[in-house]
Amino acid sequence: MHVKFSLSRWQLTAWLIGLLLVTPLGFLLFESLQGDSDVFQHLFDTVLWDYTRNTLILIAGVGLLSCIIALPLAWLTAYCDFPGRKQFEWALMLPLAMPTYLIAYVYTDLLDYAGPVQIALRDWFGWQSPDDYWFFDIRTLTGAIFMIALVLYPYLYLIFKTALREQSFKLVQASQLMGLSPLQSFLRVSLPLGRGAIVAGVTLISMEAMADFATVNYFAVSTLTTAVYDTWLGYYSLTAAAKISGIMLLILFLTIMVERFSRRNQAVYERQSSVNSATLYRLKGGAAWAASFACTVVLVLAFILPVGVLVKYAIVYADEAWNGAFFNYAWQSFKVAVVVSIATILLSLLVLFYQRIAKQAYPLLPGRLASTGYALPGTVLAIAVLLPLTQLDDALNNWLEPFGLSPGLLLSGTLFAMIFAYVVRFYAIAHGALESSFLRISPSLDMASQSMGKGPLQTLWRVHLPLLKRGILTAGLLVFIECMKELPAALLLRPFNFETLATHVFQYVSDEQLELASISALFIVLVGLIPLYFVNRSMEQNHS
Amino acid sequence: MKKTAFVLLSAFLTAPAFAADVVNIYSFRQPFLIQPILDDFTKQTGIKTNVVFAKKGLIERVKREGKHSKADLVLTSNFSALIQLEDLGLTQSINSDVVNANVPSTFRDADGQWIALTKRVRNVYSSKERVGALAELTYEDLADPKYKGKICTRSGKHPYNLGLVASMVAHHGEAKTKQWLEGVKANLARKPQGNDRAQVKAVKEGLCDLALGNSYYFGKMMQDEQQKSWAEAVYINFPNQTNRGSHINVSGVVMTRYAKNPENALKLIEYMTDNKAQNMYASVNMEYPVKQGVALSEMVASWGEFKEDSLPLDEISKYRPVALKLIDEVKFDL
Repeated sequence: MHVKFSLSRWQLTAWLIGLLLVTPLGFLLFESLQGDSDVFQHLFDTVLWDYTRNTLILIAGVGLLSCIIALPLAWLTAYCDFPGRKQFEWALMLPLAMPTYLIAYVYTDLLDYAGPVQIALRDWFGWQSPDDYWFFDIRTLTGAIFMIALVLYPYLYLIFKTALREQSFKLVQASQLMGLSPLQSFLRVSLPLGRGAIVAGVTLISMEAMADFATVNYFAVSTLTTAVYDTWLGYYSLTAAAKISGIMLLILFLTIMVERFSRRNQAVYERQSSVNSATLYRLKGGAAWAASFACTVVLVLAFILPVGVLVKYAIVYADEAWNGAFFNYAWQSFKVAVVVSIATILLSLLVLFYQRIAKQAYPLLPGRLASTGYALPGTVLAIAVLLPLTQLDDALNNWLEPFGLSPGLLLSGTLFAMIFAYVVRFYAIAHGALESSFLRISPSLDMASQSMGKGPLQTLWRVHLPLLKRGILTAGLLVFIECMKELPAALLLRPFNFETLATHVFQYVSDEQLELASISALFIVLVGLIPLYFVNRSMEQNHS
Repeated sequence: MKKTAFVLLSAFLTAPAFAADVVNIYSFRQPFLIQPILDDFTKQTGIKTNVVFAKKGLIERVKREGKHSKADLVLTSNFSALIQLEDLGLTQSINSDVVNANVPSTFRDADGQWIALTKRVRNVYSSKERVGALAELTYEDLADPKYKGKICTRSGKHPYNLGLVASMVAHHGEAKTKQWLEGVKANLARKPQGNDRAQVKAVKEGLCDLALGNSYYFGKMMQDEQQKSWAEAVYINFPNQTNRGSHINVSGVVMTRYAKNPENALKLIEYMTDNKAQNMYASVNMEYPVKQGVALSEMVASWGEFKEDSLPLDEISKYRPVALKLIDEVKFDL
């Protein structure tokens, strides 16, 4: 039972946000209707099927591997006590700060035929050529899946762990009383209860994986994203590129719909609990060490090793890689990330609140529309953002011309374009991270609030917001870190002479000389850790 | 609160104020490659340069920005981009006696819509240890079954390879080029990947014997402490010396149609085609200057004289779409 509030204003707000954020995509899809379809037909006849298959495998592989890594670790750190639990709990979020293209680069350097690992093996065993032995080839679809999952699993880890903390705790205790083993309790209670959070996390990861270009391109794996770039930059056909983007969105929508359908009519609400959940299962002996070991392995592979390699580069190439402008770049990156985090959280709160109180048809649609930007490859999104903004600028200039004013590219030529693109791209993250938190707030609280004569805004402000604190922090953290790492939109939309850490790194990475940008790369990771620290501290306080 | 937010926001969004004497550049080339030249230009003329660098999408950005675009110049790293800019009507004619005197007519558009700044050769590197120097090698030979499993290259769709394939179509026609591509694909030691340097590294490690790569990478690798040993493991060969000559690509520049600082932009173009900048391109970036009489870097000169394929770039460019189609058809990258 949901409570009835006056709706018109909320509905209007939510739909305006949804439509605003889907505008770039709308312009892009409109583009796909123009012009001829020769290029698309040609691709369809030749490579499109291979590309689609690779994309599907990539999404499924990354999603699955992320689940395998993130779910047990989240459950272990949330409910179990074992050596190092407290440290692992936050450390396992660290890989989030590592851009995918960096980890891919570092591992290729290590594991390639010409890398130190294989050279050492050849030295030891006296192998002469690649025909003498078999070694895991990192530059493959499988390699890409591993790389992407290693840095994206923290999404799921974080969202699922937040859910576990907010989950109806008594059920887990009950399962314990009924004699379920920890494993059984994990499989039969926590997983089903956390399904909403799992789906939210996996959806985000899938979208990010689908839109990834840097890694798959570096690994020479052709996906639909590759096709989008080929058609646009190779065949000069933005039309065909837009069509392929359309296919990608279709895949996305189908996935989401299937999930929604399978989850219909289920709702689980939060009950307050003051018990410290981490003491629920005290692991002993082998189990405890196994838990610590699993956390260590993931942490080493996803964070410590790549950072170590970057540090090594930074030391060896210190002279070339040092650049006094880093602090300036870091500051640019930081302020953009803060603005975008705040904007996406505000917008998604408004949309989610409307979803909650809506009585009209299609309450979920505004949020879905607003979330589509995340599935578009960055450069394509950048172009999609330019389409409406340049037209607006043009109209503005024409309109002001009689008054002797010519503001130039007020929207598309300034930081506004970049920030708007970021908001379009990362809205989905804030929405996804907050939605599951919102859903766990019992509607009875809304009813209570209303019966005390509070309006919707007051309910949102005084009832929901305090309960959403953890969700908001999670969302803010995720968006902030994504902004730090985001590259293609920044690269293409930035004003003159504007460098973020990521764009600075890219000019060297694009020439496969990461060594020369190793210090900036470390800065990206470091600045990403700042909010991680504060959010974690705040959550701990919240928790205890 | 609201007011503060507004003030902050406007301060945040406003682009840095531009001095009167500027030239604004969209660059496909990495800043570290061109900055020394731009810095020297500023020192000589007092004209400040502003740069946006990206690898993808700058052409679309100029196009969408239309007449309000702030970009005065676009610097590209291959001829396809130059010709695409011209075809889209985003360029204006550059009329300068200085430029015309500096740049031979084959390396600029007849109407001055684009100007090449430097040349680079599509070379074939060969393993010193296993193959030796190949003075008579042709691009056509790369499809010879005797090189089965011996060849490394970056993606077939990279502009450098695409230019080469387009030149093959121009010389041999579509059907023969397709056959050739199939032959080369069958000879690949691994799926196309990495950049040109990575191919040389692979030759050094014994993964393959021959690799396609641009000339300046060889010089750049020789200058790099760690990469020197890669370059020392190979010979640099200039293909097709016995017939039409080696395939040439260029980096270049256009002036945008709606350039707001055309005089300054022209000064920069003239500067870039003249001795000093051409010399820097040669000595720092190991490229071949377009201006005749400018000395090559010592290392580049040591590779010797060679014959260039004389087919005009806009002629080759016509076959680019076909080349791309063929690369998809033979699934070269898959």
